[in-house]
Amino acid sequence: MEATIPILILAFPLFTFLLLGLLGMKMSHKVAGFIGIAMLGTTAVLAYIVACTYYFSGDPAFIFEGVRQQYQVFDVTWLAFTQTLVVKLGFLLDPISALMLVVITTISFMVHLYSWGYMEGEHGFQRYYAFLSLFTFSMLGLVVATNIFQMYIFWELVGVSSYLLIGFFYKLPSAVSASKKAFIVTRFADLGFLIGILLLSYYTDTFNFIELTQNPELVLGTTGGATYMGASVLTVAMVLIFTGGMGKSAMMPLHIWLPDAMEGPTPVSALIHAATMVVAGVYLVARMFPLYCVVDTSLTFICCVGAITAFYAAMVACAQTDIKRILAFSTISQIAFMMVSLGVAYDQPIEGVHYSGLGYMAGMFHLFTHAMFKALLFLGAGALIHAVHSNEYTAMGGLRKYMPITHWTFLIGCLAIAGIWPFAGFFSKDEMLAAMFNRHWFWGAWMTMVAGLTAFYMFRLYFLVFWGQENPHYKEHKPHDGPWQMSLPLIILAAVSICAGWIQFGEFVTWNGEPYHIHIEAPVACTSLIVACVGIGLAALMYMKPNNLPAQFKNAWPAFWKAANRRFYWDEIYMFITHKIIFNIICKSIAWFDRHVIDATMDGFAKVTQSVSFRIRGMQSGEVQSYVGWYITGAIVLAGIAWLCFA
Amino acid sequence: MTYSQFGHMIPEMIILGIFILVFLFDTFSSEKGKKILTPFTTILFGLGTIAIWVTPASGEFVFGGMYINDTATNAIKAILNIGVFIVFLQAAEWLNSEETVIRKGEFYELILVTVFGMYLMVSARHFLLFLIGLESASLPLAALVAFNKQRLESNEAAIKYIMTAVFSSAVLLVGLSFVYAFSGGSLYFNDLAITISQGEMSGLLLVALAFMIAGIGFKLSLVPFHLWTADVYQGAPTAVTSFLSVVSKGAAAFAFFIIFTQCFGAVYADAWEWMMYAVIILTITIGNLFAIRQKNMKRFMAFSSISQAGYIMLGVMAGEALGLSALIFYVFVYVVSNLGAFLVINTIEENTGYLSMDDYNGLHKSNPWLSFAMTLAMFSLAGIPPFAGFFSKILIFTSVTSTNSWALYMLVLVALINTIISLYYYLLVVKAMWISPEEPKVGAIKTFRCEKVGLWLCVAGIVFFGLVPYIYQYCYDAVVNSMKLLATIIP
Repeated sequence: MEATIPILILAFPLFTFLLLGLLGMKMSHKVAGFIGIAMLGTTAVLAYIVACTYYFSGDPAFIFEGVRQQYQVFDVTWLAFTQTLVVKLGFLLDPISALMLVVITTISFMVHLYSWGYMEGEHGFQRYYAFLSLFTFSMLGLVVATNIFQMYIFWELVGVSSYLLIGFFYKLPSAVSASKKAFIVTRFADLGFLIGILLLSYYTDTFNFIELTQNPELVLGTTGGATYMGASVLTVAMVLIFTGGMGKSAMMPLHIWLPDAMEGPTPVSALIHAATMVVAGVYLVARMFPLYCVVDTSLTFICCVGAITAFYAAMVACAQTDIKRILAFSTISQIAFMMVSLGVAYDQPIEGVHYSGLGYMAGMFHLFTHAMFKALLFLGAGALIHAVHSNEYTAMGGLRKYMPITHWTFLIGCLAIAGIWPFAGFFSKDEMLAAMFNRHWFWGAWMTMVAGLTAFYMFRLYFLVFWGQENPHYKEHKPHDGPWQMSLPLIILAAVSICAGWIQFGEFVTWNGEPYHIHIEAPVACTSLIVACVGIGLAALMYMKPNNLPAQFKNAWPAFWKAANRRFYWDEIYMFITHKIIFNIICKSIAWFDRHVIDATMDGFAKVTQSVSFRIRGMQSGEVQSYVGWYITGAIVLAGIAWLCFA
Repeated sequence: MTYSQFGHMIPEMIILGIFILVFLFDTFSSEKGKKILTPFTTILFGLGTIAIWVTPASGEFVFGGMYINDTATNAIKAILNIGVFIVFLQAAEWLNSEETVIRKGEFYELILVTVFGMYLMVSARHFLLFLIGLESASLPLAALVAFNKQRLESNEAAIKYIMTAVFSSAVLLVGLSFVYAFSGGSLYFNDLAITISQGEMSGLLLVALAFMIAGIGFKLSLVPFHLWTADVYQGAPTAVTSFLSVVSKGAAAFAFFIIFTQCFGAVYADAWEWMMYAVIILTITIGNLFAIRQKNMKRFMAFSSISQAGYIMLGVMAGEALGLSALIFYVFVYVVSNLGAFLVINTIEENTGYLSMDDYNGLHKSNPWLSFAMTLAMFSLAGIPPFAGFFSKILIFTSVTSTNSWALYMLVLVALINTIISLYYYLLVVKAMWISPEEPKVGAIKTFRCEKVGLWLCVAGIVFFGLVPYIYQYCYDAVVNSMKLLATIIP
């Protein structure tokens, strides 16, 4: 494949960022928006071309004897520090990166288009589009990275663009603190990521993904059984690398930034905090999957983290009042679903299981479908907020008559995420649950329960917003659907959410590139369908018509409800640790040391200098006689020293 | 001897030619013609500088080994020329003042003669030629220091200068006579190097070394041979002060390196290095300690330049190609940084007569560009990255530490501590200009064209010299080439 199109895929968004960033203020909103959308549209088309070429062309470089290959379009040396420490930049094409190219550009284009209506008239409209382009560029760079260091660079870049976009309304203190929180928490996680990268590359002498993953046993060999803190170095490195993923993908206990990140504009939440950036952690695990397989402990770790997070986030989502927060927790829960799915996958045959790599395929499948319907839900939420000017569901209710397009598309999104046949979520969730049951019944049962919760809280949201009592404010301010720029993406994404499940995903993405034919496993599918329907039914019972069931529920376990509403006090725990322990105990003592030891030394230094300088001022008397006297004394003393020492 | 040997002395011939042209022009032109003397000389000198820079060095010993013009000497000469060129730009306005306008030509002629002397100092490979160079680079300076002859300070400074200069020449000559006695009648560097490398250490030569350090140390104003510096710098016209502080030092530093490493590098290296060790520590420290207390900008710059000379001498301690190239680069950076500062001081003094640091309070309000240039110059002198001074300091420190001797590590440590002190007083100036809340004493100043060109040259140098690795590479290549040549002559 020629390198031109891949380079252009990266160059277009970067160029748009520079253009709008530098000259945007001189353009009108219309021009800036048009440039952003047009450039991104072109990028999307190019990405589709590349992905189609990769999947369908049948070129032996891409698919060899029925097995999909990893192919580096280019890989140029960027910084050569030493012989072995070389940082390269390149473009890697393989099943998952091609998939991500499609996902990112599609969602990004939808969001660009949607924002044209949503952000109309906002101050800094051009800046907004510039940042969106920067994000798209960074995210594309991340997924096509040929080596882990390039991935890290773009990983940080997406962090930066996420920071910039969360804090887009920089006059709101809550937005500013949310952006800082997001940046600091993810950055903290990335510290682990970086150490992991360094550990791994120290032993293997390479950053390159293909070299690392093609032969994981060899990598295990190079670490030579070295251990670190009781575990093998490779396990430690892989777990540390996973912490980076935990930060970006908001796994417990590093999830605290994602709900706050909802302070950003809603389309941004749809793009970054639902569909693309937050799945970077999943992508990372998938990218390094063969290495995770050789150290089984790390896979189990991922599984546990995912399972706990999925359940926790689903619980919290049931007790939130802010519609974007509900969606945020739902995102956390769904990403955790994917993590568990990857965690249960395995590259060796498992006894009694016909396909042990199913979890990998299913996780990536869910990543794809989830990106579509979650973006749809977020954009729908944006339309709601656009209509009623509030994030709280208390300001909504009975909206189905006023906003038909939003209502129907939102319903499709909810059905998809709840896993109802024939919507996209059903298929991907079924494959994931099947994979989990394959590994161990516990994982399957646990995650089926989470799936039920998902259906419950999503339909709680749906009924509270679109059914129930109409808000009295509607009389003064009649809510309505957004302009076409907002409705069109909703419709397109809804259509995708209906159809995406029918794609034979296993033909495109599997852990080893060999095609796998998806088939529904009836027992698993039936169970999950029944559980989902129970969840929906329960939600309908409680929220469809105003009644006192929710209040009874709340009164039955007040402490539990409050705890769930406060997200089980995670923020408070963090506050306690940072403010009370770190700031008070560690920082204060460091500050004391700084003031009384370091500063005092410096002050003493200055005092001595000053006083010496004062004492010797007599030397400069202004008399030539004394000058010459000093001169000759100096010469003689020098000669004397030399004579004494050397003669 | 054949006259064709003069063909190897291209830089000297160029300067001599310029001198003769300026002299004739000055003597025979009409009153009206004298008005273009300044542009005539400056442009001619600029062209001469370029000519010297581009002329390939012959790299051959001529006049029986008395003189050489190799790549290294060519580089330092070109660098000194740039300094002189900026001094000319700086002096242009001052020379047109009522008091000095009739003696304008003399200024150029005297400077050109000193430059000629410095060239000889740099290129001399025989002590007699070196002495002639040194003297012709020293004595005219006394006349230059007294250039404002109506002013008492100027005269006082000149008297002080000439007395100490003569005294130091005498001390140097005593030293040279000991060398003459030791070497059995030869004053050629090469002969001396061979004699020394074959003989034992002698007490006579140790004393000679001390006296020679004193003699050349006078030109470099190393402590304790520096006491004239502050008084002379303060009394002399500012243009002359900048010439004294930069150009004259650069030449002496180069000559010092050549003499001490090439002649006394073999048996006496330890002896003179220990002497220099003490002298450098004293120079840097005492220069700094005095600079802290100064309020008069010219005195301030005097002590700052004393301490800078100590840093330059670190290159001598390092020896080798690395040391000499670091030294040359340091001188180059020092030329632009120090002259940048002097240009600002000069401009303010010319327009308002103010010279105290307190007069600079709040300067940025009335003269942002001058404050900016001064700030860059101070940052560069203090060695703050990413300005040129940082890189020159780094290079000279690394050249010293590459010798792998603990004593020299300690020397670098002392130098580093002193950088902190120097940071303090350089930033005092910056603070006065930018942070002091007072209303500016100095009104808005119109900078003259020549000064503007000079300032731009200096600012460009300060900003780019460190960032363009080519310049240091140029110095290093020049030095390595000349050293290779030397290695073929002296085993």
